Amino acid sequence: MFCGSDHAGFLPHEQLSSLVASLMALRYRCLGPAVENGAIVMRELSAPDALPRGLQTVQAPGRYQLTQDPHNRYFAWTNGPQAIKPHAFAPEESLWRAERNEQGRLQFKAVEPEAPALALIGVRACDLAALALQDAHFLRETQPDAHYAKRRAQLFLVAVQCAEPGATCFCASTGDGPTPHAGYDIALAELPDGFVTVAGSPRGAEVLKSMNLQPATPNQIEAAEQQGQTAADSQKRRLPGRNLRDALMSSLEHPEWDKVAARCLACGNCTAVCPTCFCHAEVDEPGLGGHETGHVRVWDSCFGESHGHLHGFNVRPDTRSRYRQWLIHKLATWHDQYGRSGCVGCGRCISWCPVGIDLTEEVAVLVSSEEQP
Amino acid sequence: MNVPAAFDACLPMEAMVVERTQESPTIFTLQLRLNDAAAQAAYRFKPGQFNMLYLVGVGEVAISIMSDPEDLHWIGHTIRAQGRVTQGLAALKPGDSLGLRGPYGRGWPLQEMEGRDIVLVMGGLGCAPTVSVIHYILRRRSRYGKLTIVQGVKHAKDMIWREQYARWATLPDTQVLVASDEGAALWPWHVGRATDLFTQARFNPDYAVAMMCGPEGMMRAAAEILTGRGLPEAQIYLSMERNMQCAVGRCGHCQLGGLFVCQDGPVFNWGQVKSLLEHRGV
Repeated sequence: MFCGSDHAGFLPHEQLSSLVASLMALRYRCLGPAVENGAIVMRELSAPDALPRGLQTVQAPGRYQLTQDPHNRYFAWTNGPQAIKPHAFAPEESLWRAERNEQGRLQFKAVEPEAPALALIGVRACDLAALALQDAHFLRETQPDAHYAKRRAQLFLVAVQCAEPGATCFCASTGDGPTPHAGYDIALAELPDGFVTVAGSPRGAEVLKSMNLQPATPNQIEAAEQQGQTAADSQKRRLPGRNLRDALMSSLEHPEWDKVAARCLACGNCTAVCPTCFCHAEVDEPGLGGHETGHVRVWDSCFGESHGHLHGFNVRPDTRSRYRQWLIHKLATWHDQYGRSGCVGCGRCISWCPVGIDLTEEVAVLVSSEEQP
Repeated sequence: MNVPAAFDACLPMEAMVVERTQESPTIFTLQLRLNDAAAQAAYRFKPGQFNMLYLVGVGEVAISIMSDPEDLHWIGHTIRAQGRVTQGLAALKPGDSLGLRGPYGRGWPLQEMEGRDIVLVMGGLGCAPTVSVIHYILRRRSRYGKLTIVQGVKHAKDMIWREQYARWATLPDTQVLVASDEGAALWPWHVGRATDLFTQARFNPDYAVAMMCGPEGMMRAAAEILTGRGLPEAQIYLSMERNMQCAVGRCGHCQLGGLFVCQDGPVFNWGQVKSLLEHRGV
């Protein structure tokens, strides 16, 4: 990202608020990190200088805890439960309404969402990669999703390089981080006194140009690159390959599925925090008057009873088949659908699993030939 | 990001029940017509495709189309009253309105099958999408070879359209093999598995093609027998059933391996899905 960039600028810490101010002046609602219920979430900033400093987290299987960054940086924290996904693929989206008029005729009306222009400040490389996967799913040429497209077009993304990945992160092994490569409007790498700053889109370049930043020095660029490399090297977790399709598809009856099913609560937390999961249910919300009803889509999970429900039987009746569906889809059949794995190494499914199931550990067992039945 | 996307791309159209037939205590057929005359005139589908039927305030359900594709006046659906939506649909009367969007999915490649012997394997209500194939072939009889209809049901009372089957059995070059797991008084056909009857089926594996629809266990067993009799895998097709909510490959419920059944199917070639169906719960 930063290496060899002729256009990298340097944004001193004390001027970060002027970047936010520039975006606010362009009528973006700016979202940045905020602490809510003990976790970092993206919330609207009340003022250009409202970005918090010093937030950090400790993450481990089944564990997420806020701490204090001794260096008081802006972006020392690693990902909270959610970042970009809810802002393009809304957790609840009205699709259309049905009304019965006075003559008893049915009328259907499409619902177009209000989608304000949003600038997300502090998104990470894994989530940019996840957004590209969501784009591939929702914006397929044959059947693009209008609701997703409208929200997506309104996003301005300010990415940040992860300097200190969490213990559950493994984006280096999926090739998606910790330094952002693509998909951002502006990317930042935080150094002790400020940010090496590059644009990734014409509108990002416009914003940076208007700020008249000093060019980043070769030393600063080198420091940012080195920081990314150190962050990648520090990751302990990894997937045993980028294309596990064939290895996993030949392990569908592996005894490990029973072992993991015995631990899994089928709560669906992993699917709720996963930045690439796209399953959703379509439900009706009838009005009390009986003359109108809304048709809404809501996030759904393959761990739920209703996901595989078919009249009279359930395609995936037990936790073993549901966990297997989640993992096989994410790491194997996603290749068939979208030409790569559906996992970007964000590690959320590990941190937010109440019993601490570690996807990377499960995969390692599943693809190791010694344990094959 | 400039993607042309229409908010009304998946909007249902208003349809009216023109005729309702009770086929069995739980199975009924609705003949529907789109209220917008232009939409009805423009509506085209292939046998094996399905519509999303919408009951106001309750929800949608995917139902295959059983009428003839060249019958431009109405769109037929045979439905078992089983879940929330289908039980509601069962209560509709002629003149009632509902929503319809479709057709969706890939149908049977019937034109590629011309000139071949046809073997139809149907289980339970799997007969609905394949019965439309029978009608289609009978109306274009000279384009196809021998026709073998194998139908299995769990119980004799599940057997609908009996007169129709009896009539087909009298047609030239047409063989009807029916079996029920449990018989009943005056049951004229075989008691046992439909797959028991394959030994009687007369078709030439060198130029036959099979189409299957029904429970997955039955289709797997049938495919094994058919390939055992020399029918190449590439000449076996089946229609799959999965939970479908969006019908456009988006909601994720119908996934079968990397396939979206609603969009890549519901009709598949046996070779596409064979290895997946070997595993329960995929």
